[in-house]
Amino acid sequence: MSRTIFLTLRIWRQETPEAPGGFRSYRLEAVSTDLSLLEALDQLNERLISAGERPVSFEHDCREGICGSCGFLVNGQAHGPQAATSVCQLYLRQFADGATLTLEPWRARAFPLIQDLAVERSALDRLLIAGGYCSVSTGQAPEANALLVGQEQARSAFDTATCIGCGACVASCRNASASLFVAAKLAHLAQLPQGQPERARRAGAMQAAMAAEGFGGCSSHLECEAVCPQQISADWISWMHAEARH
Amino acid sequence: MAGRPDPRLPAGPIADAWRRTRAELPLISPLRKRQLQVLVVGTGLAGASAAATLAEQGYRVTVLTYHDSPRRAHSVAAQGGINAAKNYAADGDSIERLFADTLRGGDFRAREAGCMRLAELSSGIIDQCVAQGVPFAREYGGTLASRSFGGALVSRTFYARGQTGQQLLYGATAALLRQVAAGRITLLPRRDMLELVTVDGVARGVVARHLLTGALEVHTAQAVLLATGGYSNVFFLSTNALKSNATAIWRAHRQGALLANPCFTQIHPTCIPSGDPGQSKLTLMSESLRNDGRIWLPAIAGDNRAPEQIPQAERDYFLERLYPRYGNMAPRDLASRRARELCNAGHGVGPGGRSVYLDLRDAIAEQGRGVIEQRYGNLLEMYARISGDDPYAVPLRIYPAPHYTMGGLWVDYQLMSSVPGLFVLGEANYSEHGANRLGASALMQGLADGYFIAPATVTAWLAGHPTPAIAADHPACREARARAQARIDGLVAIQGDRPVDSFHRKLGALMLEHCGISRTAGGLRAGLAEVAALEERFHGELRVPGAAEGPNPELEKALRVADFFGLAQLMLRDALAREESCGAHFREEHQTPDGEAQRDDSRFAHIAAWEDAGEGREPIRHAEPLTFTALQPSARSYR
Ligand SMILES: Cc1cc2nc3c(=O)[nH]c(=O)nc-3n(C[C@H](O)[C@H](O)[C@H](O)COP(=O)(O)OP(=O)(O)OC[C@H]3O[C@@H](n4cnc5c(N)ncnc54)[C@H](O)[C@@H]3O)c2cc1C
Ligand code: FES
Repeated sequence: MSRTIFLTLRIWRQETPEAPGGFRSYRLEAVSTDLSLLEALDQLNERLISAGERPVSFEHDCREGICGSCGFLVNGQAHGPQAATSVCQLYLRQFADGATLTLEPWRARAFPLIQDLAVERSALDRLLIAGGYCSVSTGQAPEANALLVGQEQARSAFDTATCIGCGACVASCRNASASLFVAAKLAHLAQLPQGQPERARRAGAMQAAMAAEGFGGCSSHLECEAVCPQQISADWISWMHAEARH
Repeated sequence: MAGRPDPRLPAGPIADAWRRTRAELPLISPLRKRQLQVLVVGTGLAGASAAATLAEQGYRVTVLTYHDSPRRAHSVAAQGGINAAKNYAADGDSIERLFADTLRGGDFRAREAGCMRLAELSSGIIDQCVAQGVPFAREYGGTLASRSFGGALVSRTFYARGQTGQQLLYGATAALLRQVAAGRITLLPRRDMLELVTVDGVARGVVARHLLTGALEVHTAQAVLLATGGYSNVFFLSTNALKSNATAIWRAHRQGALLANPCFTQIHPTCIPSGDPGQSKLTLMSESLRNDGRIWLPAIAGDNRAPEQIPQAERDYFLERLYPRYGNMAPRDLASRRARELCNAGHGVGPGGRSVYLDLRDAIAEQGRGVIEQRYGNLLEMYARISGDDPYAVPLRIYPAPHYTMGGLWVDYQLMSSVPGLFVLGEANYSEHGANRLGASALMQGLADGYFIAPATVTAWLAGHPTPAIAADHPACREARARAQARIDGLVAIQGDRPVDSFHRKLGALMLEHCGISRTAGGLRAGLAEVAALEERFHGELRVPGAAEGPNPELEKALRVADFFGLAQLMLRDALAREESCGAHFREEHQTPDGEAQRDDSRFAHIAAWEDAGEGREPIRHAEPLTFTALQPSARSYR
């Protein structure tokens, strides 16, 4: 049922990577619980603009949980309190009337801050560039059904392939590790016949790139799995470690 | 641009015409290709697949996208699937049938040769995606699974749960990143293309704004490919990602590229309706749900009982009633229009009476909750998150929303626009979908363009036009840069007090009212006046906070909305000029006695291609006649 609530947003404001940052509080009066948290930020921004102030920067695009653009900490939790949900899908009905929400950017060495809640995550793409693909050029493909893939196997490969690259796993890891991101990509391709020829090389190259980009190692705290909007299992990280020993 | 645009259609029978055309296209030696520079704007399915393939062939490719990563292009959101005439289901599908469905679905407003080529290429697309490791759904035996989708009687849609676009995009962007690793692609993310550079009418580069520094950059090349997606966000609320926009195609249009049939826009029947005025988008619920969900409204207008209290006899399953052959799978435009009419007549449910029910109750009873959950689990979870309702217990509420734009830059059979050297791919062009696109055909078209068509035709263009890329300080580049700079300075200087979103929301509401599901001459004329008036206020009252330098999301939005104003007016004009109803374009003046669209082949069997005549002048409407040899235009009948 639609209702309205009062909210206090405590938001990290930092104009440039060099400038000092700090929290500022904003009060939202009577916002509809049918709005998403990002829509509440839209409203706040319209208000700030009309008042001649700089609006809050945050990344977003699809607003349906699939592009991986959005992401920040809500009360210390990546993407907020709701499981399997990226922050664009977080609706205000999740919060109590009068609540205070603290919004902070991802904090990780490999994700430099841009402004306010926005950070640069291109390091994740560089991990993929290191080997996250099957080396097959257009026009070289055999007839699709020449490769049989069992239904379960395809489903499991799909589950790992759904990673949206939001970086929540990195942001919630005390070592700022990208292990879940890398493990998911390796597992996606290693579970399919197409991924076999380059399997060992891919695993070595992507893990080496992860260290080179300044991501930490995994010490099995499993926070990554808890915050992943696609619910990718951290078991794949142990699987990846075994894969590296192959 | 004088006279009619030449579509460069193949001679002879349309079957196999693409293979014959290809065989004649000039080639370039691998050594030479390494010296040729190609620019691709966009990393959606069309852009990523084209960039990867051109780089694999040896070209030096530069790729621009306003996203921080290629994987975020709006293609990632496509849910339902991708069509291909594989006939794995052995249900009578064939290239000819996919061709016929596409042409008929588009209500005979597309080129038959293009539709045939698309059907012929469809099968190879699936092969390519599978080879890249796209984890499509499989049958128990390990072969690819397929399903029937939006208006098709055969099972030819391949899918990866409800995330087909994501998986196809990751396949294409992986291929792109592989070429980045190989040093053949220079990837420039966070760049917003604001201008096209032309020299003597030929495309030679683009001007882009670096979205972190605000710097205007010039990128030059020997061929420019735009794969910048669709413009449904002209309606503000749509199923598109919030940043999807028309600037690239609109700026190309202002530099001479014809814009074709801009009023052909598709409204998708199954979206999560708007609840609050602050809502920022309408989320699509894949219409694969229509396979199992039954759409209904209370038979009695104004009935505001809870759905479970309305007895079976007082429910109107209106699609099943009106289109017994297709039932809930009736084409998108018909489903949308009927929903709107019934809501207008007071049968609608939910906030403001602007929704209809999509009910899974019977499917759950027949097949069990487990089956439905396995099929639509992630979609239904998304619905629950947004609406706060449990779709397994109460019917979903859905309503039509702007979704896809068939209109776009006019291209010839070789995907080249009327500006030589400028190619347009994917949703950004006007091509095979005619006046209405079939479900699961956009992904197919984007990938056909990118993997197979453009790599061949861009090569042909480069073979004939070996002029080296111009220097970045060429007068044409300086001029284009100055145009972009002037627009930015102009917007920042207004210093009014209204944020850009408030104008965009209003523009969207006007367009939805006058140029949406149903259109009239009077409404379109009123729309033209109202949009022009709003545009004037925009340029007087807008406030863009901050400066042209550094990150400035409000400036990005303002540049986009400024261009939406121009496009909106062209859409209204186009809809006004097309005195017929066809596909998704429904003019109330042109309907049969039982309310179906009435096409006028004698006057409108053509593609309208609009030419920009310069600031303050009326645009010029050209017509490219359409001829049909393989399939004769017939009245569309889904009853
Ligand atoms: C919710 C949803 C579901 C859909 N489901 C299906 C489906 O099941 N099946 C189907 O066939 N179709 C579906 N469609 C349609 C289909 O997804 C799109 O038509 C298709 O993906 C468009 O691909 P594209 O490559 O042309 O453009 P996009 O994927 O939109 O990519 C555009 C690219 O251009 C870039 N760009 C744009 N402008 C600029 C600029 N000025 N400067 C720099 N870069 C720019 C963007 O950054 C982006 O990289 C769906 C659409 C939506 C909205
Ligand atoms: S905005 Fe796309 S995932 Fe949140």
